[in-house]
Amino acid sequence: MLRYSLKRLASLIVSLAVASLVIFSVVEVAPGDPARFMLGINAQPDTVAALRAELGLDVPKWQRYLDWVGGMATGDFGTSYTYRTPVAQMVADRLWVSLPLALYALMLSTLIAFPAGIFAAARRGRPADAAVMGVTQLGIAIPNFWFAMMLVLIFAIKLRLFGAGGFAGWDKGAWAAMKSLTLPAVALALPQAAILARVMRSALLDVLGEDYMRTARAKGLSRRQALWRHGVRNALIPVLTIIGLQFSFLLAGSIIIEQVFYLPGLGRLVFQAISSRDLIVVESVVMLLVFAVIVVNFLVDLAYAAVDPRLRSRT
Amino acid sequence: MTESLLSISDLSLEIGALPVLKGVSLSVAPGEIVAVTGESGSGKSMTALSVMGLLPERAVTRGAIRLGDRDLLALDEDAMCAIRGRDIGMVFQEPMTALNPVRTIADQVMETILIHRAMARDAARDRAREVLDRVGLPADRFPPSRYPHELSGGQRQRVVIAMAIALRPKLLIADEPTTALDVTTQAQILDLLKGLVADYGMGMLMITHDLAVVADMADRIVVMRRGQVVEAGSTRALLANMRHPYTRMLFEASVHAVDLPDPPPPAPLLQVKGVSRDYRLPRRRLFRDPGHFRAVRNVSFVLNRGERLGLVGESGCGKSTLTRAILGLEPVQEGEILLDGEPVWTGHRPNLAVRRKMQVVFQDPYGSFNPRHRVERLITEPFHLLDDPPKGAARRAAVAEALRAVGLSPEDAGKYIHEFSGGQRQRIAIARALIIRPELILFDEAVSALDVSVRAQILDLLADLCREYDLTYIFISHDLSVVRSVTDRVLVMKAGEIVEEGATEDVFSAPRHPYTRALIAAAPRLPDVGVGER
Repeated sequence: MLRYSLKRLASLIVSLAVASLVIFSVVEVAPGDPARFMLGINAQPDTVAALRAELGLDVPKWQRYLDWVGGMATGDFGTSYTYRTPVAQMVADRLWVSLPLALYALMLSTLIAFPAGIFAAARRGRPADAAVMGVTQLGIAIPNFWFAMMLVLIFAIKLRLFGAGGFAGWDKGAWAAMKSLTLPAVALALPQAAILARVMRSALLDVLGEDYMRTARAKGLSRRQALWRHGVRNALIPVLTIIGLQFSFLLAGSIIIEQVFYLPGLGRLVFQAISSRDLIVVESVVMLLVFAVIVVNFLVDLAYAAVDPRLRSRT
Repeated sequence: MTESLLSISDLSLEIGALPVLKGVSLSVAPGEIVAVTGESGSGKSMTALSVMGLLPERAVTRGAIRLGDRDLLALDEDAMCAIRGRDIGMVFQEPMTALNPVRTIADQVMETILIHRAMARDAARDRAREVLDRVGLPADRFPPSRYPHELSGGQRQRVVIAMAIALRPKLLIADEPTTALDVTTQAQILDLLKGLVADYGMGMLMITHDLAVVADMADRIVVMRRGQVVEAGSTRALLANMRHPYTRMLFEASVHAVDLPDPPPPAPLLQVKGVSRDYRLPRRRLFRDPGHFRAVRNVSFVLNRGERLGLVGESGCGKSTLTRAILGLEPVQEGEILLDGEPVWTGHRPNLAVRRKMQVVFQDPYGSFNPRHRVERLITEPFHLLDDPPKGAARRAAVAEALRAVGLSPEDAGKYIHEFSGGQRQRIAIARALIIRPELILFDEAVSALDVSVRAQILDLLADLCREYDLTYIFISHDLSVVRSVTDRVLVMKAGEIVEEGATEDVFSAPRHPYTRALIAAAPRLPDVGVGER
């Protein structure tokens, strides 16, 4: 297990190095000079040159790459071209919204999907199974922004249980902050839960057909006992894969939901940064997201090994 | 006669509208081994599952299955759960998949005890160790914390047996318990089962298609066909005097000897010279040579034109690796393989000119065809090896000829593969091999998945084809009796090496190498009684 973890860790570091190189080169080849963009079309060439020097755009590329990576490693993400504030601070503020939101949504989605998937698999082909499958089909089909607007209409405007949008801020207390994240988290979680429930169901149905499930029944386990004791853990591998993918998506892909609920999250930050050629912000946020995805994959790999002993022994 | 432990009377079973069992009656006394035998579809496994109450959901049963004084068919699911594992233990065919891969072996054995709340956890742990020890997995060599993937097939079957006997059930049901195992492992597992029955006084209901195993193990035999019992009796009496023609047919087919024509005078066709095949092992350290596993070691032999050669050995001995090397599917690390004096592998690629002179027939008649293609397309697949494949009428004639040669009709060319039975599919596989008139055919366990009566027909077909086409083939099999009947010469492989080689009859009647002797001794044999006396 230790050797397996170290190997995964080594692969994580290599992936990060490669990703940083790719991101840096892609952003570098993107058209548009930030200095020129910031100063407007009528700027004098020497003003542009001065700004370029100030922003550190005039040194060789490889040195800028090393500075950038070195800075990231020490928490210095550079200074935003447009806002003139440290990128680290901007990203950190947004992360305090996006990360809790993603975790919240993931927790909700898992809490809904596991029971739903197991329930449906245990009743394969019966009305209950058909009902779960129908509801999940609907969950996948409904666009999440529309669903989000319905949530606002019902829970915020009619019932006045939650705010219609905006983020209360963590300084108002955890309760207020979580409350303002609840509707967005539900809006994000339901489509994910629908997918996850279907994956759980089909993984479990595969496992139910395995020989060892019959062996378990021959030992005297009831259908339900066999399902819980031998089925669920064996069905977890594909489910973990999907959970990993979903977390990465939730962290960065929630821009529409952020827009609907007017949340100051990472998605909106990237959107704004791209439209104003704020390359340093784009680079940092993209790198951060890549970092998150790679770390999540690492955790998923560890979870695989925890679930399946065959992976542990294979070094 | 002693009081019977299990008595099935007039059991009928329907799944959907399909009748599966019709009025089956049999009984097992304590300490007795009753073998139920028959070909696929005879209902023997369904009989076992009926006793366990583990039939498919739509199954409807009539009749009675009495265990002691209770009628199992009348019990509800909860009551059956209490009986399964405690009063009846069951061992399955496929040890590789019968265990949960994510739980330790001791854990799975303990579960049988704990689920019935038969003992406290500590006592259950001790009992699990004790039964694992009893089935030949002592804790000092096989720590209870092992996972199933760390054990071989035979060892896994021992774990399954330990689970089944952990609570000393009165009845043990074994459904093809050794079919998936090598002969030497099979002999050990059969010994173990016999020993357990004797020690614990259990009754055992054994389901198997292998008549040699039946004759060796059972006190009584029940022969089934199409859901009905056609004949039953004590082993000795039944073997001495088979009344039902189906029983006689089964036994005759199992010892079926084919009449091979004499091979032509020796002229070398295939030359295998000092061949070794290495596989790279997984790399353990970054900068250290990962090491190799030598699956085939320095193998040399010559196969003459028109000769039928057998290749026998247990799983992992390298016979499949050698087969792939001969077919030119993989390069070899040492030595060379020549067909008609031409190497099968030139430079870094297989030599197509040689490749088209060889064809292969695989074991699985169900998995080796693309289900979406018609038979015509399936059997003409080897044509892509030819520079100038026949077209139009010539192609149709070739298809018709190949189908006719294997005993099918030319009209079958337009059908899909699912319309054929296992034996017919194997005929189609042979037609596919024959269609380009190869110099050499490799039969890789080609009859192992077939019922004995079908197997006998396919073996006869081989003999006919030898007469008609002067076939040269290599017959790879773990089944010694089959190899004995369809080959002129035999190679015995062990751990990548050929340990014995000689004329088939000589090797089987007077084996020289100890491994060959062990193999032949382990293979269960049918006694000569009964067959032929009518």
